[in-house]
Amino acid sequence: MALDTPGAALTPAISFRHVSKVFGGVHALDDVDFEVMPGEVHCLAGENGCGKSTLIKIITGVYTPELGVEMAFFGRRVASVTPNIARQNGIAVIWQDLALFPEMSVAENIAFETLLGNLPRLVSYRSLRARSAAILETLGEDIDLDARLNTLPIAQRQIVAIARALISDAKLIFMDEPTASLTQSETDSLLGVVRKLAARGVSVVFVSHRLAEVLDIADRVTVLRDGKLVGVFEAEGMTQSRLTELMTGKTFGAEVAARDMTGAPAVLEVEGLSRHGEFEDVSLTVHKGEVVGLTGLIGAGRSELGHALFGMTRPDTGAIRLLGRALHLRSNRDAVAEGIAYVSEDRLSLGLVQPQAIADNIVLPILSRISRRTGLISPTEKAGRVEHWLRELSIKAGQPGDPVSTLSGGNQQRVVLAKWLATNPRVLILDSPTVGVDVGARAGIFRIIRVLAEKGLAILMISDEVPEVYFNADRVLHMAGGRIRGEYDPRKVTLKELEAAVYG
Amino acid sequence: MVKAFLRDYPTEARLLLVVLAIVLFLSLASDSFFTLVNFTSLLNNTAVNLIWAAGLLVVLIAGGIDISFAVAASVVQYVAVYVFEALGGGNWAIGFVVAGALGIALGFVNATLIHHFRIITIVVTIATFNAFFGLLMFFTSGRFLYNLPDWWVDRIIIFEHQTANGTWAELTLPVAVMVLCLAATWLLINRTTLGRQLYAFGDNPEGARRLGINIALMQFLAFGWMGMMAGIGGLMQVNIVQEVVPNALIGRELDVLAAVVLGGARLGGGRGSVLGCVLGVMIVALTQNGLNLMGVSPFAFKMVVGAIILIAISASNLSFARRVRPPVGGWK
Repeated sequence: MALDTPGAALTPAISFRHVSKVFGGVHALDDVDFEVMPGEVHCLAGENGCGKSTLIKIITGVYTPELGVEMAFFGRRVASVTPNIARQNGIAVIWQDLALFPEMSVAENIAFETLLGNLPRLVSYRSLRARSAAILETLGEDIDLDARLNTLPIAQRQIVAIARALISDAKLIFMDEPTASLTQSETDSLLGVVRKLAARGVSVVFVSHRLAEVLDIADRVTVLRDGKLVGVFEAEGMTQSRLTELMTGKTFGAEVAARDMTGAPAVLEVEGLSRHGEFEDVSLTVHKGEVVGLTGLIGAGRSELGHALFGMTRPDTGAIRLLGRALHLRSNRDAVAEGIAYVSEDRLSLGLVQPQAIADNIVLPILSRISRRTGLISPTEKAGRVEHWLRELSIKAGQPGDPVSTLSGGNQQRVVLAKWLATNPRVLILDSPTVGVDVGARAGIFRIIRVLAEKGLAILMISDEVPEVYFNADRVLHMAGGRIRGEYDPRKVTLKELEAAVYG
Repeated sequence: MVKAFLRDYPTEARLLLVVLAIVLFLSLASDSFFTLVNFTSLLNNTAVNLIWAAGLLVVLIAGGIDISFAVAASVVQYVAVYVFEALGGGNWAIGFVVAGALGIALGFVNATLIHHFRIITIVVTIATFNAFFGLLMFFTSGRFLYNLPDWWVDRIIIFEHQTANGTWAELTLPVAVMVLCLAATWLLINRTTLGRQLYAFGDNPEGARRLGINIALMQFLAFGWMGMMAGIGGLMQVNIVQEVVPNALIGRELDVLAAVVLGGARLGGGRGSVLGCVLGVMIVALTQNGLNLMGVSPFAFKMVVGAIILIAISASNLSFARRVRPPVGGWK
């Protein structure tokens, strides 16, 4: 549609040049150029803190850039951008939290724009539904317009957010980590929607940590590092490792780290474990010092198995043995007492008390162990443990007394790890350890996992990202439909073969 | 139709069942319950609470809470007495305008504190509850007022019917006003754009802000509406009891709040309906009425009402927890 006049494709949808932004003397952005063509899927890549969100906020008029900037929407120069000007120019943002209204209907969520205004008007639900239905139809999506939003899965809410952007005639949509909480098939269908948008001439700027999908969907990639423009690259021909290098400025060797640890004594043994509707006849062994990767699509029963091993649910049949002794876990407290630690998938919200101090978070599961006989917590004992773990995991924190929320994602991740390692576990179960962590920090997390294994910890690493387990586990188990379907030695298969087995 | 109702209004459907069960039980337990005379007097006595409930519903939907409205209604009553005197007596038209305007003004006091000083609503309304009541007692010295304009205290009967045994069943003006207030509230929250903005604001304030909803307008609309209902409820209360007593209404705010929450309005915003709010108030009223007719001590009222509210709310929370499972990755 935007391409119907010759030459239109040559005018960028947005063109921002020499964008700088200083916060308290620090350059969040330093002379960055950013340009997106109509109908282009453009990826904005960079580590946390590289200036991506600052750039988005400048383009959408939330922040004012420093002087010297040149800004244009569809070839028209503008002197300044306010949220209203951005909206009038068809710029929309779908934030990670979607900003939808969970208690309201799908139709109202999509077409809420028509309900805005300070003067009361009567609502026409008929036109509301008609407009929403029309938008959903162009997206080829079928969602019950009367359903309350909070009854929908996240993937469909995502679609509702996109539909809302389109109804206000968006010509360029920013999507901030749209796939972070989606399964593989949901991600695929979202990427399908993005392609449809592009085909209609709508530009999409994609911000994502999942490099594979970035390269899959994008036409071009703009890479930022430390507030500076690294470059703009064609996605075609770009590889994940090259992109990682550009984003971090470092090279990461992608080498298989597997070792044969099956000769070491078995720590965790699971035999014939079943729980109705979740997993069936699961048998596995994790040896001392071994990292076992458990992969499979979301819904394969991986996390459910993790919950059972951590005593949060009770299996129907089968046995769990720790160092040869049968365990009968009635709760996760039993599991902690036996030396099993479980780092949950959604650790940043479930695994940490964000407003509380880093130190308090770390000692949370071991309060009874650092208490004196009087029941009061020993401050020296606490400080000692905290200091130990901050050092051990090289957590970059200002003060142990600072709230966890002041840390970066990667460091928060380490605090969660520290919290569980403080319980002195024999077995560590990690569920999707890198969700929401950027590339540079991921490598750090895997390094820590490796060191822990070398110290003799038995580690079960659950992840739906096959490369992650391929490069970092000693053995890989593939789970599907609640069963273990196969066991792979990363040294003997290629990543392609493993991916084919899991995704195929 | 029934199916859609059950799906979209599960809370209301359950409350309706509870109301029917109470009615059925009381009809069997007491001879005088299922009579026209009893129902009309029940409505007359519940009218003021329902008017207030309509106002409070709007505040709850917008994510706020107000416990100052009953005391505010008392303030309106006192000030109105002097205003009517100054205006040479007044009449119903002046009465509604004055009571409504005074109520809105008091509501705006709450809204101003909440919006401009960014204080959370419960703290603000606890403060204004105390301030309004303290000022009222200070300036009136707790004096009762009986010398009120005739138009204000005359009973206006909008429906009457003589029953077989000779007693009269009557509905009075407050019932008609109550119906109008409920209808207006229904229209506001369901059929106007501002009403839908109120829901959105209560549901996700940050999302509402980003979408460009005028947050100040929302607070002033919600608390202004609550204030107007408080004033009109106060006006009607005088019509029923024919006197103005400074501490007559204090404590009623919690009864109404409990009933509205029982009716499915959520503390925290975004959810609630006029039907649910009416049913919530009626459940409490029917229970009190039934206990009364059965000769149960008035001291047991509050106990029983408290128990009913607890049971009803935990029951609806339980079924809610079963039906809606947290999404993958937890609630956002």
